[in-house]
Amino acid sequence: MIDRNPPSVLILGATSEIGRAIAAAFAAAGHPLRLAARNSVRLEATCQDLCLRYGVEVTRHEFDVLAVETHAAFLEGLPDLPGVTVCVVGVLGNQRQDEQAPEAARWVMRSTYEGPASVLAEVANRYAVLGQGSIIGISSVAGDRGRASNYIYGSAKAGLSAYLSGLRGRMAKVGVQVMTVKPGFVETRMTAGLPLPPALTAQPEEVGAAVYRGWKHRKDVIYVRPVWRWIMMVIRLLPEWLFKRLSI
Amino acid sequence: MILGGWGRYPVADCRVADLRDETGARDAVLRASATLIARGQGRSYGDAALNPAGTLLTRRLNRFLAFDPQTGDLTCESGVLLDDILSVFVRRGWFPPVTPGTRQVSLGGMIAADVHGKNHHQAGPFCRHIRALDLMLADGRVVTCSPDQEPGLFRATCGGMGLTGIILRATVRLMPIETAWIRQRVIRCASLSEVMAAFAAAGDAPYSVAWIDGLSGGGALGRSVLFLGAHALRQDLPPSLRQDPLRVPERRRLSVPVPLPGAVLSPPVVRLFNGVYFRRAQEGTGLVDLDSFFYPLDAVRHWNRIYGRRGFVQFQCVLPLAASAEGLARLLAVTAAAGLGSFLSVLKLFGPGPGGMLSFPMEGYTLALDFPLSAAVPGLLRQLEAIVCDHGGRLYLAKDALMTPQTFRSGYPELPGFLAECDRVGATGCFSSLQSQRVMP
Repeated sequence: MIDRNPPSVLILGATSEIGRAIAAAFAAAGHPLRLAARNSVRLEATCQDLCLRYGVEVTRHEFDVLAVETHAAFLEGLPDLPGVTVCVVGVLGNQRQDEQAPEAARWVMRSTYEGPASVLAEVANRYAVLGQGSIIGISSVAGDRGRASNYIYGSAKAGLSAYLSGLRGRMAKVGVQVMTVKPGFVETRMTAGLPLPPALTAQPEEVGAAVYRGWKHRKDVIYVRPVWRWIMMVIRLLPEWLFKRLSI
Repeated sequence: MILGGWGRYPVADCRVADLRDETGARDAVLRASATLIARGQGRSYGDAALNPAGTLLTRRLNRFLAFDPQTGDLTCESGVLLDDILSVFVRRGWFPPVTPGTRQVSLGGMIAADVHGKNHHQAGPFCRHIRALDLMLADGRVVTCSPDQEPGLFRATCGGMGLTGIILRATVRLMPIETAWIRQRVIRCASLSEVMAAFAAAGDAPYSVAWIDGLSGGGALGRSVLFLGAHALRQDLPPSLRQDPLRVPERRRLSVPVPLPGAVLSPPVVRLFNGVYFRRAQEGTGLVDLDSFFYPLDAVRHWNRIYGRRGFVQFQCVLPLAASAEGLARLLAVTAAAGLGSFLSVLKLFGPGPGGMLSFPMEGYTLALDFPLSAAVPGLLRQLEAIVCDHGGRLYLAKDALMTPQTFRSGYPELPGFLAECDRVGATGCFSSLQSQRVMP
């Protein structure tokens, strides 16, 4: 069932474990990869790994999500315009410390919302002209409702989710797929040391597989572990007078 | 996190951390306030990869780094699974030079236990095929070791159960294969002397291993089914397979969802199984695929759960060749009399291949027995240990959960050299497992 000429896949934020897992899922299906990240020499081992394992072409590219003025040139500098663009960029930050440090909080918000939305805008405009392509944004369940424990990160993800939702509406008319991914808890460097409940926590490989499957079936919004859809539905339905008293 | 080995005994609540790259490993080592042990897939059976104070998981250290198609040299991070190597390289015509009986082990684990395979008598242990490895020491330095570079540290690390440092990367030389098939020959042997004679006569076969009935005493003591194998060449295949000789057939996989009740594997059931298995074994030659020949138990996920909630222990020993006949007869007689043996008993003749300082194999026969844990098992194991020591043999650290320090010292004459090497590189007091705390207090 492998496409004879599968489109290349751009992964923004490929040094993250979720980025690597998504790259692997597409590579296993024969897609050439464009891996992009800040300090892209760190991608060397991952490039070697994907190339050896799957025998696909893998290139690596320097990309800084906050340098928004460079995004257009970055896209022009790729070997080809990728058929699929996946944005995994985001920064969790440290909520408690960032509450007292506006500069750090702005960095979280800009890295998680402004940067990703800016680069996806550039990609979307190119896809709109072609009338094809897929945009996959890794958002978060944290964006479904602002919680006291992580609202800086959560507000940026809420922005990204809203952005992707609107972009999906615009792009639907020209045949471009926009998929929002809400992974829930994932066991990665970002969450190392946090006490995560095993039943709600996915491995990065699960996210990779779910993203590939969702892309294949042209889904709009996916939760990696289905239970999260129901959890977040309940959390969204709680009345504010109750929600504000909960420590979640 | 509650962790155990493959035998599910013992279990311990361990502080764990995932290693993701060299920097992360250095942080973990330098920040450690107590001793550490690296853990790959947790496929050693007992307590070798457990340390409540600090267990470092290498599962995320799993990148392929380089492959040279001229030599077959493959460089990987230590958390790469044998399963990954097989999935990628069998279809390209390469096979590991030595393979244990499961695909679900990490490269680092295979080096740390210096695992052996059915071809030990020809190929030696796994680490004979390691060209070089990168080891992180207790002070965060990374040292490349090989047979020529830092040879002492290399020999201490191969089979060293992770006690010299953290294996980050290694290069193993794969061997070329023409097909994904094995030419297998099956021989039934009615007694221990018969199977030993058959092993001795089968030195030319690249692979050999015997299933042995651990429960029959008297005249049927040591009755076995010997499996010999060699990689099939293209010309050995029927035309239907010759088109795509490296294709591995899909396997149906079963799973044991929950630990089974103890009665399922009670001695009468196992005795019945062993009798049927022996009588139904079909003598003769044929073609089998790699998975069926090397990894039959991988077809059943979580097969360790068949031994129930309390888990099981494995007893694997090796006896010097000259003492093997007498020693094996005594071991089997004691096991059969105790009536606790299992149906996964294995006999194999090792060759003389030299290994690391704590490597398990020596020239002679190795016998592996499983025992579902019960009150009677520790006493039986003490008896078996004494027989092994009397005959100049040793037990396999990767299988062990209960060995005494005396048995360990008597079986591993290079232990003083190993400890000296650990001292020299500063590993003593920095790396330890529940097992090392038990056998080398």
